Amino acid sequence: MLSCREATELMSQEQDRPLTLRERVGLRLHVLICAACTNYRQQMSVLRAACRRFGSGGTP
Amino acid sequence: MDPDRQTELNALRPDLLRFARLQLRDASAAEDAVQETLLAALQGSHRFENRSSYKTWLISILRHKIIDIIRSQNREITASSLADDEDGDDGLTETLFERGGHWQRDAAPARWADPDASFEQRQFWAVFEACLDHLPAKTARVFMMREFLGFDTDEICKETGISTSNCWVVLHRARMGLRTCLETKWFVGAGSPGC
Repeated sequence: MLSCREATELMSQEQDRPLTLRERVGLRLHVLICAACTNYRQQMSVLRAACRRFGSGGTP
Repeated sequence: MDPDRQTELNALRPDLLRFARLQLRDASAAEDAVQETLLAALQGSHRFENRSSYKTWLISILRHKIIDIIRSQNREITASSLADDEDGDDGLTETLFERGGHWQRDAAPARWADPDASFEQRQFWAVFEACLDHLPAKTARVFMMREFLGFDTDEICKETGISTSNCWVVLHRARMGLRTCLETKWFVGAGSPGC
């Protein structure tokens, strides 16, 4: 079972490389039972969206 | 020169300069990048309907200028100075996680409500910039190469001389730092969900 700390590492890396099957399954199991890491994953995608917007000059 | 165009350029200049400074962390290099961008923009004959598409166009020119500068700088600095940031974790992970690797009780991430609404607020972007600026310089550089300049991790390794796994560590640290900052300074939210 992944710890939250390990899960956050994978949630960062999934933004940069395809995770292995084992990593994907491990992460899926972890977020199923961990609300905090589910939120962390949402934050990673918000961060990515914010960066897209900022990096393309689309900020108000 | 079209006086309207000049007014527009003057109005957007501070935005461009902030964007360049965040990534280069060097006022004079940022100034150079912006100067070159403005020069290129004045030589271009594009027409724009509105300021936002004009800004988008300028930022895309500026991104290329920043990439050029980073490429030339990276040949000089790189790996050694990146290693300096290595310890520059600010002990963040110790603050956030218990020894067993679970979130500290008061550090568990909250759900960020309605981020799209935040994206429409200038104040959010001021906080976003402040949080980026708060990251250690080299960590920020790798992160911005990845997220703003569109490098993949292989290219970052090649440009900066760090290993792939080190690159992932640096990116993870950057994201952790940024989300922690944004959560505290902006999305201050509804208690911790626990794990």
